[in-house]
Amino acid sequence: MTASVDPALDTVSARPVTPRTVFTIVLLILLALLPVYSSLTSDVFLVTLFTRVLILSIGAVSLNLIMGYGGMVSFGHAVYLGIGGYAVGILAKEGIGSGFVQWPVAIAVSALYALVVGALSLRTRGVYFIMITLAFAQMIYYVAIGLDRYGGDDGLTIYKRSQFGIIDLSNKTLFYYLCFALLLGSIYLVARIVNSRFGHVIRGARSNDRRMRAIGFPTFRYKLVCFVIAGALCGLAGALLANHTNFISPALMHWTRSGDLIVMVVLGGLGSLFGPVIGAVTFLLLEEGLSRLTQYPDLILGPILLVVAIYLHGGIEALLEGRRRD
Amino acid sequence: MLYFFEQCLNGVQLGMLLFLLAAGLTLVFGIMDLVNLAHGSLYMLGAYFAATFAVLTGSFVVAVILAVVASLVAGMVLEVVAIRRLYERSHLDQVLGTFGLILFFNELVRLIWGPAGMTLSLPPQMLAAIQIIPGVYYPAYRLVIILATLAVAALLYAVVMRTRLGMLIRAGASNREMVGALGINIKLLYTLVFGLGAALAGFAGVMQAPILTVQIGMGENILILAFVVIIIGGIGSIRGAFVAAIVVGFIDTVGRAFLPDMLQALISTNAAATLGPALSSMSIYVLMAVILVFRPEGLFPAASR
Repeated sequence: MTASVDPALDTVSARPVTPRTVFTIVLLILLALLPVYSSLTSDVFLVTLFTRVLILSIGAVSLNLIMGYGGMVSFGHAVYLGIGGYAVGILAKEGIGSGFVQWPVAIAVSALYALVVGALSLRTRGVYFIMITLAFAQMIYYVAIGLDRYGGDDGLTIYKRSQFGIIDLSNKTLFYYLCFALLLGSIYLVARIVNSRFGHVIRGARSNDRRMRAIGFPTFRYKLVCFVIAGALCGLAGALLANHTNFISPALMHWTRSGDLIVMVVLGGLGSLFGPVIGAVTFLLLEEGLSRLTQYPDLILGPILLVVAIYLHGGIEALLEGRRRD
Repeated sequence: MLYFFEQCLNGVQLGMLLFLLAAGLTLVFGIMDLVNLAHGSLYMLGAYFAATFAVLTGSFVVAVILAVVASLVAGMVLEVVAIRRLYERSHLDQVLGTFGLILFFNELVRLIWGPAGMTLSLPPQMLAAIQIIPGVYYPAYRLVIILATLAVAALLYAVVMRTRLGMLIRAGASNREMVGALGINIKLLYTLVFGLGAALAGFAGVMQAPILTVQIGMGENILILAFVVIIIGGIGSIRGAFVAAIVVGFIDTVGRAFLPDMLQALISTNAAATLGPALSSMSIYVLMAVILVFRPEGLFPAASR
């Protein structure tokens, strides 16, 4: 259950150039150049697909903050995608189109819900925590289904993307780069957090909560703040997602979406800064590729996940480093 | 009043079904320390087996029996092929692996039975309504569910408390290394326990099949209710699962039936129509939250965990 050596500690020290670093840099360059390639080949779908990849990467990065560094396995993280998305959708429907209102509201409401869920569920540990976060996410899912005014089960179309003065989010390339910048910002934020004193308390609590409390850290409060930050960040991803698809529905926060986020984080590499991005890219491309290849993509995807869970300890990141973490 | 009585019975019926699912989950967790998200898939498989066997044999009762046996076998095969390798992994890896299994089984069902879903029709004598107390009619089949699940619960209790297998199960739950050290074939015991859980889930699916459509993903929503049940009851405790299942089934059903009307008495009709369904589906989660505030380990915490 608990790893003896905290893999998260890897991120602190400066390391020589490893295949992992090279891979990460290449991946980032490719992501940065993607719209250029897409406009050269006039393949518009590529930008749409990768905007989604970037947005879900932000979600995965935020989940990694609590799950990878804090050891809090939340199985309800997609609820913040939903809350963020619904904040944008509901405000748009009520005639408030300004992104300067919509996005802060999306972040604030997500943070607030994370505060409530965290305050209740952080009292528990282990498998209770997994199931409780799942149940609380499911609760909001049912609430969204019950919102007849906002489309209920069928969802709600957003006719206008968030308004930011002269910045026009309906420009696909611009929106892509905005998401890219926000993703880099999120990774930077997480890097600053986990390497701060606060972050060390969180990581200490992951390794041995009782010892951290014994030496005088009220770990509950630290973990709660961390949980709220992750919720707020994922709420931002939700606001982006609503703008990306111009549509919100309860399916945004179906529990399988939470599962997808977990898959991305674990696949990429738990407790590593760029791992969630690698995981998100791999998972979404795998999903896309398999569904083009066969009518029954999950027949292959499911066993892949099983094999990853059984044999691949530490995700793709560890694979790239040529060693197994665990 | 009669309506209320009927809804109470419906609540008990849902509760009993939840118990069948929760008992399997809590057994598997208590003994093998395994978080099994794919439990709902076994429920779904049970329903599909029953619908298929009903078409093949033409008899409802035979179909039920065959479907439970098939679920048992499916569970044991699954354990040997995949689940066994997850016991030593972390809970997170177990979540990931069994999540993969859910995707796999949903797609497998779509491949074998098609995306349309199936129906399982009841024999005519179970379709009738029975007068249980003067003036109250209740569908015979729902009574059958309540009685059958009660019988299974009693059987489960007898097996766990009164047989050698049950003794080993209880011993395994409190200290598995010790049981292994005393020369018990732990691997076989685990396979049996997982099969038992699968059979219980399959049976729940079979019983529910005639009421709902047999469809892909049918096990997922009820699985989350079963999670709520074992959180409230205390993970690893069958007794807790029983009490919590009845409470959750009752509150969910009665809440859905009466909360919207009760709201209408308090606030405007329009607002009540919007809020009612949302609030009533929240009720069991609120219950769970309240219980967790006072008892973070559930109502009947298992001793070892």
